[in-house]
Amino acid sequence: MLPLLEMRSIRKEYPGVLALDGVDFEVFPGEVHCLLGENGAGKSTLMKILAGALAADAGSILLEGSEVAIDSPTAAQALGIGMIYQDFKLVPELSAAENIMLGHEPRSAGGYFLDRHATGVKAASVLKDLGEEIPMNVPVRSLSLARRQFVEIAKALSREVKILILDEPSVSLTSHELANLFEAVRKLKAFGVGVVYISHRLEEIFEIGDRITVLRDGKKVGTAGVSGAKKADLIRWMVGRELSGEYPRRRKDAGDELLRLEHVAGGIVHGADLVLSKGEVLGLGGLAGAGRTELARIIFGTGPLEGGRILFDGEEIRPRSPRSAIDMGIGYLSEDRNSEGLLLQMSVRENMTLSSMNAVTKGLFIDKKLERGACDRFIRQLSIKTPDMERKVDELSGGNRQKVILARWLMTNSRVLIFDEPTAGIDVGVKFEIYSLIDTLAAGGMGVIVISSDLNELLGISDRIAVMSGGTITGVLRRGEATQERVMELAMSEVQTGSRTR
Amino acid sequence: MARRKRFALLAEFGVLLALVAEGAIFAALSPYFFTPENILNVSLQTSIIAIIAAGMTFVILTAGIDLSVGSVVAFTGVIATALLQLDLPFAAALGVAVLAGICIGTLSGAVAGLLVTKLNITPFIVTLALMTIWRGAAFLFTDGRPIWDLPEEFSTLAGARVLEVPVPTIVMLAVFAVGYIVLTRTPFGRYVYAVGGNREAARLAGIRTDRVIIGVYMLCGFLAAVSGILLASRLNSGQPNAGLMYELDVIAAVVVGGTSLFGGRGSIVGTFVGAMLIGVLRNGLNLLNVSSYLQMIFVGAVILLAVALDRFR
Repeated sequence: MLPLLEMRSIRKEYPGVLALDGVDFEVFPGEVHCLLGENGAGKSTLMKILAGALAADAGSILLEGSEVAIDSPTAAQALGIGMIYQDFKLVPELSAAENIMLGHEPRSAGGYFLDRHATGVKAASVLKDLGEEIPMNVPVRSLSLARRQFVEIAKALSREVKILILDEPSVSLTSHELANLFEAVRKLKAFGVGVVYISHRLEEIFEIGDRITVLRDGKKVGTAGVSGAKKADLIRWMVGRELSGEYPRRRKDAGDELLRLEHVAGGIVHGADLVLSKGEVLGLGGLAGAGRTELARIIFGTGPLEGGRILFDGEEIRPRSPRSAIDMGIGYLSEDRNSEGLLLQMSVRENMTLSSMNAVTKGLFIDKKLERGACDRFIRQLSIKTPDMERKVDELSGGNRQKVILARWLMTNSRVLIFDEPTAGIDVGVKFEIYSLIDTLAAGGMGVIVISSDLNELLGISDRIAVMSGGTITGVLRRGEATQERVMELAMSEVQTGSRTR
Repeated sequence: MARRKRFALLAEFGVLLALVAEGAIFAALSPYFFTPENILNVSLQTSIIAIIAAGMTFVILTAGIDLSVGSVVAFTGVIATALLQLDLPFAAALGVAVLAGICIGTLSGAVAGLLVTKLNITPFIVTLALMTIWRGAAFLFTDGRPIWDLPEEFSTLAGARVLEVPVPTIVMLAVFAVGYIVLTRTPFGRYVYAVGGNREAARLAGIRTDRVIIGVYMLCGFLAAVSGILLASRLNSGQPNAGLMYELDVIAAVVVGGTSLFGGRGSIVGTFVGAMLIGVLRNGLNLLNVSSYLQMIFVGAVILLAVALDRFR
C-alpha cells in the first residue's frame, strides 16, 4: 500500500540548535501513527512543518506519492492536513456549529448571507459521524474541554481532512472522555484518515496506536509496531537510558495528622471528609468535574468555604485568600502552570521568590544577595535546568517550569502542598524527577496532596488515594488495596445530590 | 545571560539613542539649543508632565490606566490656591494648601483603585469618569474663573532655583530616583510587575493584588497632585482648566519609554527618557519657530515611530 504521507530527510535548524536532523516519517491511510519523544525532541517542529506553520530547511513532503509544497497553514489545509493544537483555536463566542463550519460556511441568497440552517445541519452531520452529541447553539466557551476537543476534530473533518495531527489531546481529559476520544479516532481510521498522535502517555499510545516513531534530539531513533513494542524499550529510546522504575520507592509510615476536613462544602463540593498526615502522599482521583480542583481551592483560600470545618494541626482554620493559606503553610500548584502559576515575563529568580519576599527583604529593600543565594540553593536542590536564574521562565521546558513553582512553595516553608496534575505535559524523564521530589518532600514530613487524572501515576505515588465523584469523596483506598478498577469504580459512583448543602 | 542583558540594554538604549539623535539635530539647527539655560528650561517645561508620568508608569505596569490625572492637576491646583487665600501666615497657609492638595490627589487615586479592584470596573471607565468629575468640580468650585491674588511667595515655590536648577526639575529628578528604587528594589515594585504580568497568577502566589493596584493609583494621584501644586505655583493662580489633556501627554511619555499598555513590561527610566524625548522635540521645534499646529503632527509622528520601533524589541 502506498503511504498517504511521506516526509523525507526533513531538516530544520534554529540558530545554535539542530531541531530536526534528516527525519523520515510516514503515515498510511487509516493508521494511527504515534509520535513520541521528550520535549525538545523535535515532535512539535516536525508537525508544524507538516501543518505549514514552519518551513523546513531541507527535505521533501510527499502526499499520496506526489511531492507537495506546504508553505502556509492555508496550503496545508487545502491539501487535507489538519492539526489540533493543545490550546484549541476555537472562537469562544461562536457556537459549535459556527466553529465547525468557520471559514467555509454555507451561504444563501447568492452567497451574500450565511445560511444558518445549513450550517447547523452540516455541522451536526459531521458530529454524528463522530458519534458525539454536542449542544450546537451555545457558545463553545460554555462547553467542557473534552467537548471543545470534539468540536476541533469535527472542524477538521468538515474540511475533508486526510491527515489529522492531534497534539497531546489527552492532557485535559478524564479517562471517560479519553475513551470517547479514542472512539472518534477509531472512526477517523475507518474513514481512511491518517492520524498522527502526539502524547506522553504510553498507555494511551498502546491503546490507540498502530505504529510508534520515537524522536530524540531531532533524530529519529526508530519506528516500531505497537503490538511488538515494549514500554521499557520505548522509554529507553526516548531518554537514551533505562529508568530504574517508573515511580520512586521510599515510604516511611505516615506521621501525625496534619490536615483534617470535616464535611467541607462550597461550590460543587459538599460533605467532603479527608485526613492528611505528615509525611503522606495522598492521591486525589476522580473524573474532571468531580470537584477535585474545587476542593483544593477551598483549602487554598480561593474557593468559598460554605460549610464544614478545616482543621490544621488540630486547630480550625479559615483560609480567605491565597495569602492567608500561604501564611498558614499551605501551597497549591495549579494544573495550569502557565496562566495560574508562573509569571512568564519574569525571570526564574523573580518567580521563585515571589511568594516569600519577606524572607529576602531587609528593611524596605530586597536583599539581592540573599535572594540569589536562596534561588541558587533551590536550583541545585531541584536540579532545575536553566542557564542562569535571570533567564525568563518562558524559555524553560515544562518540567523545569514546574520545578520553579515548586521552589517557590518550598521557599514559603509550606507544610501542606497540593499538586494539581503535576506532570501534565511533562516529559517522561522529568516526570520521574517530579515524583522523586514529591517523594522526598513527604519523606521530610510534608503532607502532599496530588490531584491526578493519570491512574498509573496516582497508584504509583500515593500512600492513599481519595476518590471524588459528584463533588464529594466517595472512598479512600490504601496503597496495596488500590487498583485502577477500584479507583475508576469510585470515580464513577453515583452520588446522592440531595445531601448537598447549597 | 550576557546576550539577553545586552539585548535589553539595547532596547532601553533605543529611546535614549533617539533622544541623543534628536538633541544632535536640534543642536545643529539652533545655536541656542545646547546651552545650559535651554537644557534647564526643557527640564522645567517637562517636569510637570514627567512627574505624573512616573506615577502613570506604575499604573500602566499593572495593566491599568489613569485618565484622571489632568483633572486632578486642575482640582488640586484650585483647592490649594483657594486655601492660600486664607488669613494665615504664609508658611501655615502653604502647609495647609499643599497637604490638602496632596490628600485630594491621593484620595482620588484610592477611589479609582477601590472601584477597579472591589467593583471590578475597568480602569479606563473608572478614571474617565473621575476625569470628568474632577474637571467639573474644579469649574464648579471656581465658578469657572481662575483664582488670582495669591501671596507672592507662592510663585517662588516653582520659580526658585537651587544652584541654577529649577525646583520642579529637582522634584522631578527626586521622584524618578525614588520611583526607580521602589520599582527595582522593593517587594512592592516586584509585585507591580507581577500583577501586570498576570493578575490571577500573582494572586495565587499570595500577592495581595488589590492592595498593589490601589497603591499604584494612589501613587499616581499623589504625583498628579504634586504636579498640580507646582503648576499652580508656576501660573501663580488656580486655573480650573489647567492640565487639560495632560493625561494624553503623560501616557505618551510612558508608552514612548517602552512600557507596555498590557502591563508587566517596562521601566521608569524609559518613561523619563520618553518624557524628555517629547519635551526636547517641543522645545527644539519652538526654537526653530515651527508652528504649534505642525508641532502636534510631529509629536504624534514621534509617538508612532517610537512605538513601532518598540515592536522590534
